Amino acid sequence: MADTTMQSHAWLIPVFPLVSMAAIMLFTHRRRALSAGLSIAAVSLSFLYAWAMAFAVWGNPEAQRFSLEWLDLGASMHLPMGILVDGLTAMMLIVVTTVALMVHIYSLGYMHGDTRYSRYYAYLSLFTMAMLTLVLADNFVLMFVAWELVGLASYLLIGFWFEKQSASDAGKKAFITTRLGDLGFIIGMLMLYAGCGSLTFEGVFGAVKSGALGGAMLTTAAIFLFGGAIGKSAQFPLHVWLPDAMEGPTPVSALIHAATMVVAGVYLVARSLTIFISAETAGMFVAWIGIITSLMAASIGLVQNDIKRVLAYSTVSQLGYMIMALGLQGFTAGTFHLMTHAFFKSLLFLGAGSVIHAVHTNDIREMGGLHSKMKTTSVTFLIAALAIAGIFPLSGFWSKDEIVAATLGHPAFTVLSLIVAFMTAFYMFRLYFLTFTGTPRDQHKFDHAHESPKVMTYPLIFLAFLSVVSGWIGLPWLHHGFSAVVFHEEPHHAEFHYGLAAISLLVGLSGMALAYLMYYRRRINPDRLAASLPGIYNTLLNKYYVDDAYTLLFIQPYYAVCRGWFWFDQHIIDGVVNAAGRFGILWGKSQRWFDETFVDGAVNGVGWLTRGFGGTVRYLQTGSLQNYAFVVFAALVILWILQ
Amino acid sequence: MSALSLAFYALAFLTIAASIFVVTSKNIFHSAIYLILALFGVAGLYVLLQAPFLAAAQVLIYVGAVSMLMIFAIMLTARIADTSIRQTNEQTVTGLVVSLGLLAIIVYSLWQTPFPISDAPMPEGAGRTLGRLLLTKFVLPFEIVSVLLLGALIGAVVIAKKDPQRREPTMPKTPLPGATQEASR
Amino acid sequence: MMEIGLSHYLTLAAVVFCVGVYGMLTRRNAIGVLMSVELMFNAVNVTLVAFARYVTPATVTGQVVAIFTIAVAAAEATVALAIVLLIYQHHRGINVDQVNFMKW
Repeated sequence: MADTTMQSHAWLIPVFPLVSMAAIMLFTHRRRALSAGLSIAAVSLSFLYAWAMAFAVWGNPEAQRFSLEWLDLGASMHLPMGILVDGLTAMMLIVVTTVALMVHIYSLGYMHGDTRYSRYYAYLSLFTMAMLTLVLADNFVLMFVAWELVGLASYLLIGFWFEKQSASDAGKKAFITTRLGDLGFIIGMLMLYAGCGSLTFEGVFGAVKSGALGGAMLTTAAIFLFGGAIGKSAQFPLHVWLPDAMEGPTPVSALIHAATMVVAGVYLVARSLTIFISAETAGMFVAWIGIITSLMAASIGLVQNDIKRVLAYSTVSQLGYMIMALGLQGFTAGTFHLMTHAFFKSLLFLGAGSVIHAVHTNDIREMGGLHSKMKTTSVTFLIAALAIAGIFPLSGFWSKDEIVAATLGHPAFTVLSLIVAFMTAFYMFRLYFLTFTGTPRDQHKFDHAHESPKVMTYPLIFLAFLSVVSGWIGLPWLHHGFSAVVFHEEPHHAEFHYGLAAISLLVGLSGMALAYLMYYRRRINPDRLAASLPGIYNTLLNKYYVDDAYTLLFIQPYYAVCRGWFWFDQHIIDGVVNAAGRFGILWGKSQRWFDETFVDGAVNGVGWLTRGFGGTVRYLQTGSLQNYAFVVFAALVILWILQ
Repeated sequence: MSALSLAFYALAFLTIAASIFVVTSKNIFHSAIYLILALFGVAGLYVLLQAPFLAAAQVLIYVGAVSMLMIFAIMLTARIADTSIRQTNEQTVTGLVVSLGLLAIIVYSLWQTPFPISDAPMPEGAGRTLGRLLLTKFVLPFEIVSVLLLGALIGAVVIAKKDPQRREPTMPKTPLPGATQEASR
Repeated sequence: MMEIGLSHYLTLAAVVFCVGVYGMLTRRNAIGVLMSVELMFNAVNVTLVAFARYVTPATVTGQVVAIFTIAVAAAEATVALAIVLLIYQHHRGINVDQVNFMKW
């Protein structure tokens, strides 16, 4: 029995950023440096713990579960809460804490002077906490809670510069779009619960494996569950929010929208792979969604001119890649690529941020020749681009090879994934050449460009290092490699396909070469190419008209329905209310007339009668005592006579 | 006709005549003089009725005090002595009818009533008996009357006193229309 | 003429009383009214003393009541005259038919 102390205390990892978030929000939000320091210290602790625990897990890759009772409503409802530590969790923790730490440090420079500096770090801590909880959860409920929390943090950070209309709109778009996927997640969760009475991974997967849960029910539940991944990981058809999310600060894009939150969907699928293996239809559905997204996003990325949008579509495309691999049961391929991609994509984003920081624009048409000004950024960016293009021996090569290998047996997927690999290499190098080489297209911006401060470049260098070496743990001749730790069901030794590797390398190199010809050597004029294929070009430029389709299909009909109801409200409901009011007024008026005429008349009549009678009789009261005395004696006499 | 009868008739005539002059005289001052005469007549009647103490009290209190008071009041309200002012109101005729009717009623009942007349003569020393009664059997009313007199004394002073500070909101300061006419006449 | 008796005195008193009533009803002057009232008092006193003489000669209670009447009449006259003076101060006149604040 190996020592599991490290694993059993893994709950501490998300607690550090939670504490720093609370401290910043409650106490130190006025002191910017202290707030940033707290946040960085907390994430550093998480980072150190995660790495230390990763080595512990490396030595003992057995899944460890630590849970406690949370909600126990008798036999009908039983929800334990707990953490699950295995190879996948450890790998995710490393990815999240590493990228988070780099982004925290990088933000010191990038966000320098922002008015809401402390709040920014509080949000970053919130996000880190939520993301770490998400990967540590041992059940769907806790995972869903964390899932929503990262969504919240994402919303807050996308709309961080909410003075900008587009930023606040993008935040709302991201929140609402992912919420649509979350609806699927929760429905899938409820179906699983209905099917097997448990929401822990252990309980659900046990039920699936034993056959207690299966058939159409499981397939439907799996597809709904995958809906959550579609939303969170920006898969077709809910991918539209991710490019818009680039309105947020660039370090946020690197952390949330490249390396961590968006891979939560991939993580969900990887974690629930048992379900997708059992429900084969769902698995194929996942794979098809993945490759379609991947192809679509990659092709859109070919023509975009915003540096961050190119990267965003690249992210969508790579996420689709991973999803596809998982759908084809390539567990190791998907998770391996998840890790390497996290490092080189966050590096790309941080590099892009460094460029934006220098030239104050997102448009690559206004850049060019920046290599001479920003050598560190340029070199690290080049390394990341080579990695994503899958060039030997960088990390992307190994993980991409695994993915292509996972498609063996499904020729259509193999071909399509190679096309994606080609496009990926092409648009990455198009981006690189346009940004860093050639002649400056905007002399003014070029003149003001400068290398970023060290606090920004050091994270770049560290991530570049990881981008190079992180693939090596999957070396085919390394006996105790990645797949021996991060595995599904059984540790195994990943096979390596030299032929496929050669082909994918060739494809990557050809994409690079085409980009080289078009954008470096200018042998092929891209503008003329675009003009010769206007239909394709415009379709790509307009992102396959998906946003427009949504506007046409959902938003405008929704508005129309709203207008209809507004009209109904205005004319029918208000009409009824007003009619009732008018009737009330009329009725009141008639009542008033009755009151004033008859009731008041009766009262006044009584008064008038009394007054008139009194007015007549009052003359008897002469006020003269002699009259009264006379009456007394006269009465005496008269009474006597009458008697 | 005995001397006693003669005296009674004389006194009766004097009293009735003086009374009639009291109520009919145009001059209020003359009225007061006739009142004194009538009171004297009544005092004489008391003597005839063998009540000498009462006769003395009549003369002392009525003739000496009350009549003097009347005359003082008349003189303080000087212009009232002016004979040109009409001294009677508009109910003279009706008043006369009522008075005569009243007289008729009284006299009729008088003659109809069988009074239990006692033939016993007045005992000697009636005045002493009267004094003893006042201080024994009737001592409480006697004392109450003394308190009443004291109250009347103080009340008269308080009422008649001229108080410049006093406000009389119920009584208008301006002369009444009738009084103004008469004053200007 | 018959012997002078109770009836004579009572008749005399009735006449004087009615004269007083007439005066009270007709005099405008407040002091005149007062004098009429004094006449009525005296008429009543005469009856009291006459009853004492002819009905209960042994006891003199009628005379005692007459004494009290005289005392009360004196007090009445005092206060009444004071009121007359007050009215005069306010109105420059003491005609009773003008003092009709109680009317309506």
